[in-house]
Amino acid sequence: MLRRPYLPVLITIGLFALAFLAGSLRYNGFFSLQVLFNLLIDNAFLLIVAIGMTFVILSGGIDLSVGSVVALTTMLSASLVEQFDWPPYVVIPLVLALGALFGCGMGAVIHYFRIQPFIVTLAGMFLARGLCYVISIQTITINDPFYTKMALSKVRFPDGSFISISVIIALLVFLLALYLAHFTRFGRNVYAIGGNEQSAILMGLPIARTKMLVYAFSGFCSALGGVVFTFYMLSGYGLHAVGLELDAIAAVVIGGTLLTGGVGYVAGTFFGVMIQGVIQTIITFEGTLSSWWTKIVIGLLLFLFILLQRILNMGSTNTRSM
Amino acid sequence: MSKRPILEMYGIHKRFYGFAALSNVSIRLFPGEVHALMGENGAGKSTLIKVLTGVYRIDEGRILLDDRELRVANPHEAQEAGIATVYQEVNLCPNLTVAENIFIGREPRRFGRILWKEMNRQADELLRSRLHVSIDVTQPLGSYSVAIQQLVAIARALSISARILILDEPTSSLDRHEVEQLFAVMRSLKEQGLAILFVTHFLDQVYEISDRITILRSGELVGEYLTSELSRIELVKHMIGKDLQVLNQLTERTDRSDARGQEPFLEAQGLGRSRQIEAFHLTIHRGEIVGFAGLLGSGRTEAARLLFGADRADRGHLRIAGEGRHPIEAPRQAIRQGIAFCSENRKTEGIIADLSVRENIILALQARRGWFRALSRKRQEEIADEYIRRINIHPKDPEIPVRNLSGGNQQKVLLARWLLMEPKLFILDEPTRGIDIGAKTEIQKLVLDLSDKGMAVLFISSELEEVIRVSDRIAVLRDRRLISMMEREEISQENVMKAIAGG
Repeated sequence: MLRRPYLPVLITIGLFALAFLAGSLRYNGFFSLQVLFNLLIDNAFLLIVAIGMTFVILSGGIDLSVGSVVALTTMLSASLVEQFDWPPYVVIPLVLALGALFGCGMGAVIHYFRIQPFIVTLAGMFLARGLCYVISIQTITINDPFYTKMALSKVRFPDGSFISISVIIALLVFLLALYLAHFTRFGRNVYAIGGNEQSAILMGLPIARTKMLVYAFSGFCSALGGVVFTFYMLSGYGLHAVGLELDAIAAVVIGGTLLTGGVGYVAGTFFGVMIQGVIQTIITFEGTLSSWWTKIVIGLLLFLFILLQRILNMGSTNTRSM
Repeated sequence: MSKRPILEMYGIHKRFYGFAALSNVSIRLFPGEVHALMGENGAGKSTLIKVLTGVYRIDEGRILLDDRELRVANPHEAQEAGIATVYQEVNLCPNLTVAENIFIGREPRRFGRILWKEMNRQADELLRSRLHVSIDVTQPLGSYSVAIQQLVAIARALSISARILILDEPTSSLDRHEVEQLFAVMRSLKEQGLAILFVTHFLDQVYEISDRITILRSGELVGEYLTSELSRIELVKHMIGKDLQVLNQLTERTDRSDARGQEPFLEAQGLGRSRQIEAFHLTIHRGEIVGFAGLLGSGRTEAARLLFGADRADRGHLRIAGEGRHPIEAPRQAIRQGIAFCSENRKTEGIIADLSVRENIILALQARRGWFRALSRKRQEEIADEYIRRINIHPKDPEIPVRNLSGGNQQKVLLARWLLMEPKLFILDEPTRGIDIGAKTEIQKLVLDLSDKGMAVLFISSELEEVIRVSDRIAVLRDRRLISMMEREEISQENVMKAIAGG
């Protein structure tokens, strides 16, 4: 028997396959491994950020600060590397730790002061974005050899197609997240809290620790996304990744995760990101369409998925009351 | 036979803001016994349980577990000490699987990795061997009935090697068959040597399952009795502490069939809604009390919601006060027609816990007047005082938040709110659920008084006795269908039960 919670994920995967197939039939040169890999290369940072977001949403929360944390990470990295000549092997661990700390702080405020995650992370969003401009109001270009090497190295496959280092990082994060979500107590506690926080307390689960860890993980993922983004852009800028938090939330929801928490899969988020990528690619191949059409399609998809979840939900409550 | 108790509580005192919730209460729990904790609302049962499970700390007294002083600061520590609680509202996570709900926080692991297969196997075995249920433990908990969810909650308690199991009104939302299933589990746990503390409002169940009864009244201990040595009438006397005249008055109710007005207030013709309730005919006259009898899930509430417009009927007609009209489409219309609906979900659909008694009472009236014509503070206070007196709301202070009232008094506040609207038809869905006998009889009496004054009442209750006692006519529902309409002279416990059971 097919289990209901899997359904939205399967639909997402199906939609992705369908979109890819449609593109392949319509455009020459679309159906290739490289086009598939490019989806990953162009969206590696989004995937990493969206994975962090998945845990937050599963726990019943939301994290609006991720885009700003990505921007702050690019800015801080660029500034430290270029203006202060710090070596990358110090800068990268430092920004990752700061990202996690920033998230952990927001988690602590959310938990101990019982403030809605929406407001706390909104404050975090302004704070991080504002800090970018304290560092500089201009773009800081990165010429550091390590960063340029990371940006340009490719891992080649026998058939000539290639992926970037960023893709490998993103895939590693994805595997780690799969394991965390399904095979660790931390992951299951996240699902429990998202399902019913009151019950989770009464079952004696470590709520405070789990919640702080969830936001710390999201902060960490945002910082890592920021590091990958600097590999991609080779610059730090306060206007990087504006609105990225919304793309990430969209990817999570299209991936079949319930915004109310407790139900969803990391794998769904992967395909949520890939769907956004494939739509973008189709529009590029079309050539004449403005890239804003991506937003329109994403909007429609989001709408569709929220409706779908509601309908599935109504079905299940009906059978329960019988 | 001299058994030693597992747990003893002596001279427990607990005060809230100067109000004594428990004073000098003692209770003993023995292994292999079901101990019923009885008392009206406000007797201190919930407080006692919360003390035992570490939610509250006691001001005075001693708790001994195996002759050793027990101190628990939170529910988690109580669990560790072997005291597990299963509440009426199941405190588990519906989105997780059955197996996870049993083991979460203590999953079998190797090197930090959860062993799903092992966990599912253990869960399955636990449910089979100790509770005698076999279900698919890999399905989400939410896909099972409340009864199964409670059994899963018990299984979780057992897996933490609980020695004391507290069941706080577990049977309130179960049907007869599910109660049997729960009792079978309780009996087998008893044989396994657990001490079970059982809280319920159903006297039948107390006599069916318990070995020992402790009775509380107004935060004080009335006494501990062996169930076999305590008659029902004594139990009730101890619980309500006043003479039983009120109860007797109600049972010897005069025949009022002539009191019923001839004029129908509401006529439903073939009203129905797919998947919720099949089309039904129903007439309610002015001054008449019509009862709905049927099991949980028989469609009682669904039918009432259609009459009020809380759900939209997809077939049939409704005539109100002789005027034909299509089914009512929204509660606003119903209220305008003089229909009031008191929901069974007092907490979520009725009272606003943080507002005061006065504010809760005037809410609906104020809404009808519109917010631009505010009731003066003085008028509000008059109204609140009048109803507090008239339907005996306790405590008598109109300014305390409704949250601090007992269930029975919260219900009265809700009744007051609607009575203030002077409805012509009052739909009461489980007005006495989860409240004590004293308040119950008061509410029943109030309903009778109202109908004497010409109000039509639709009375829904899962307690058959109560429906029979107050109703002029009874509509029996089964499997989402109104199957029979009984006149006063045909009504008897046996007839109604036969109709409910069918066949």
